[in-house]
Amino acid sequence: MANLQTNFLGIKSPNPFWLASAPPTDREVNVTRAFKAGWGGVVWKTLGEDPHVVNVNGPRYGAVHSNDRRLIGLNNIELITDRPLEVNLREIKAVKKAWPDRAIVVSLMVPCEEEAWKKILPLVEETGADGIELNFGCPHGMSERGMGAAVGQVPEYVEMVARWCKQNTRMPVIVKLTPNITDIRQPARAAKKGGADAVSLINTINSVMGVDLDIMAPSPHIDGKGTHGGYCGPAVKPIALSMVSEIARDPETKDLPISAIGGITTWRDAAEFMAMGAGTVQVCTAAMTYGFKIVEEMKSGLSDWMDGKGYSSIDQFVGRAVPNVTDWQYLNLNYVVKARIDQESCIKCGRCHIVCEDTSHQAIWAEKDGQRHFEVNDAECVGCNLCVSVCPVEGCITMEHLTEGVDARTGQPINPEYGNWTTHPNNPMRVAAE
Amino acid sequence: MPSDIRGDRLSPAEVESNFADLHPLLSKYEAYVEADRCYFCHDAPCVTACPTGIDIPLFIRQILTDNPSGSAKTILGANILGGMCARVCPTETLCEQACVRETAEQKPVRIGELQRYATDHLMAAGVHPFERAASTGRKVAVVGAGPAGISCAHRLSMLGHDVTIFEAKPKGGGLNEYGIAAYKAVDEFARRELDFVLAIGGIELKIGMALGRDVALDALIADYDAVFLGLGLGATNGLGIAGEQLEGVVDAVDFIEDLRQAPALEKVAVGRRVVVIGGGMTAIDAAVQSKLLGAEEVTLVYRRGADRMNASAYEQSLAKEKGVVLKHWARPEKIEAGADGKVAAISFMKTRDEDGKLVDTGERYTLEADMVLKAIGQAFTPAPLKGAKAEIALEGGRIKAGADRRTSHPKVWAGGDAVAGGEDLTVAAVEDGKQAALSIHAALTGA
Repeated sequence: MANLQTNFLGIKSPNPFWLASAPPTDREVNVTRAFKAGWGGVVWKTLGEDPHVVNVNGPRYGAVHSNDRRLIGLNNIELITDRPLEVNLREIKAVKKAWPDRAIVVSLMVPCEEEAWKKILPLVEETGADGIELNFGCPHGMSERGMGAAVGQVPEYVEMVARWCKQNTRMPVIVKLTPNITDIRQPARAAKKGGADAVSLINTINSVMGVDLDIMAPSPHIDGKGTHGGYCGPAVKPIALSMVSEIARDPETKDLPISAIGGITTWRDAAEFMAMGAGTVQVCTAAMTYGFKIVEEMKSGLSDWMDGKGYSSIDQFVGRAVPNVTDWQYLNLNYVVKARIDQESCIKCGRCHIVCEDTSHQAIWAEKDGQRHFEVNDAECVGCNLCVSVCPVEGCITMEHLTEGVDARTGQPINPEYGNWTTHPNNPMRVAAE
Repeated sequence: MPSDIRGDRLSPAEVESNFADLHPLLSKYEAYVEADRCYFCHDAPCVTACPTGIDIPLFIRQILTDNPSGSAKTILGANILGGMCARVCPTETLCEQACVRETAEQKPVRIGELQRYATDHLMAAGVHPFERAASTGRKVAVVGAGPAGISCAHRLSMLGHDVTIFEAKPKGGGLNEYGIAAYKAVDEFARRELDFVLAIGGIELKIGMALGRDVALDALIADYDAVFLGLGLGATNGLGIAGEQLEGVVDAVDFIEDLRQAPALEKVAVGRRVVVIGGGMTAIDAAVQSKLLGAEEVTLVYRRGADRMNASAYEQSLAKEKGVVLKHWARPEKIEAGADGKVAAISFMKTRDEDGKLVDTGERYTLEADMVLKAIGQAFTPAPLKGAKAEIALEGGRIKAGADRRTSHPKVWAGGDAVAGGEDLTVAAVEDGKQAALSIHAALTGA
């Protein structure tokens, strides 16, 4: 059985599954329940200065559902903790004492003034917490007050506050990044420059969930008005994966530890983020959808997968996929694939045909000998994968890699050599071949 | 054992429960989940399989996007009796058999139930969804207010023609009103649907007007610009065996008609031991309803195997589920009377298939019965056409009509069960009526 123990910035946890700073980690009762359920660690819901903030008394959440009411995306307008600082500190201390083997990182958000940080850091240190996470991501409410995403969107502020914290505490400092920015590498580089020990990402994405067409207001709405919230859940995973990979492969930040967040719902999601460079993963929406028990599936699934692959510890696969993330310009343009439809498993829905016909390359025939029959025309197929993407039968359409002969579409022989855009004759900026 | 045919075998509450809606209306959530299963196929096989060519993927997508009224318009635009067809179509041999989900997982999208979800929604709103085109000033006579006639009349009215329907029975609706099993069309659905269809206007329904009795074909041809014959099948086939005239031997069609028109179902008389002869939908409907009325033993006997029955596999399993015993490979030989002179038993000769020919095996058995329901098919009655100067050619005992449903007479069209080569399905009759209307429209306007 694989060892799931993690050591992230010296913070040890029995498994890489942490609960992200959010409602599930707001109180002792919740965190205790989480640890009983088997979570490896928590990032305590963001503390701020007293007097504590207040939340709306209307809906805080909105959801995107599939038609069978599976929750695909969640949006929230909840603020940081709405309890007194002292209460949170007392509870953190008690929980850490009761659960010394679990990771407790405390999320913080105070005004962008060094004194404010200097004041709160020793208080947190005193709880025995393992580290701090700087909430530079919250996209709603707090950002209007110059905190959260308002800091995370300005790399100079990120660097400055990270530095203040490093100078004023012995605890490891994790900077939580907002995705509501053009280039995620900029704040990550700034965090590193400021001395941060790690970054965590992504925080939630600015979102309006829908429009109530009866009252003509955003939904959900409070007394007829709505505001943007932060979007999370399975829908945001691809965005988070991209941002994590950008930081993991950026020469300036490639050694910066990452705690990944963003739609992680299953062990496989976690494994993917870890392969993309994350040392731990943080989960929120999945727990808020199903409860804490899901960690059992995550632990057993990750462990079984690691056993199957022969990985005995987490560090053996963290970051293993990063070298295979590249720029478009380095993709092999001589690599040719053609779609293949398995006639045995084809149920003849015709979707591959119609999407190819209407929206792509007219490369799938719909008829053979007067019968309904779907087959790929190699002379038109560009190997785009749209048919695979829309086929309702998994494995029915596959992509075959041509290694010899002629590409029926271009009439050109298959070139076994690697060749990319940088040297392509159509590229006016090409570099001369050696 | 004396004959025991009577009503009140079960309490009114038991009968009401037995005859409850076979497939209750889907809830909104159920409809969403089921609609979400549709793959929105290209050139969808289900559409090809539907005799009326309803754009099924489109109407399902309209349900999925919370537009059940639009969905119903898609359905009714192709099949104005989409509500009844959603209830009575043998979908497992039509659209649902063709569904790619049937290929994939033997669980087709429940197209019939989704169709009912949409059409019930629109009908509940009480607004007729179609408008009549500007009047053409043309008049068309439709004979028979069954599915073919109603469909034809509605389409003609939509196209701007004025229609008069002549119906022999006291109510319109045809088999929808008189012939469908009660649990498939509860709450007077046939009547409500007819009212809904006629609400388009421009259609006059004259009841109690039988062709050849109250109105003559020649007169219709003279008085109207075109005539559509949706006469249905007027006669039932006889067994041709001894004892057929005994009290207790009943045409299944008459039994079902009486049941459908009964003001209180529990009062419908049914035997204690019922034997149904036949293998089609009528046989199944008669057998199942006998059981639901409280008959103790109901046995359906068919002369060939289960695979040759006209009733679908689903209908056969429904009958078994309701407690009907299905017996195959036997033909009735003789109906025997008891001491009271009424039916007491029916004896059968076992049969087998010999190179496609049905032959006797020589083995016999007898079933005790106080009621024998005959359901071995119906026949077209050409009598209403006799004596007219206008000659309507027949083919195989039914009216001959082309793909455009035009008969041998240039002013007369026909459709439904009365026409040769049809499938004897409600949905096929609706299509006949629609196609005939389009052909009539083309003939009258040159369009």
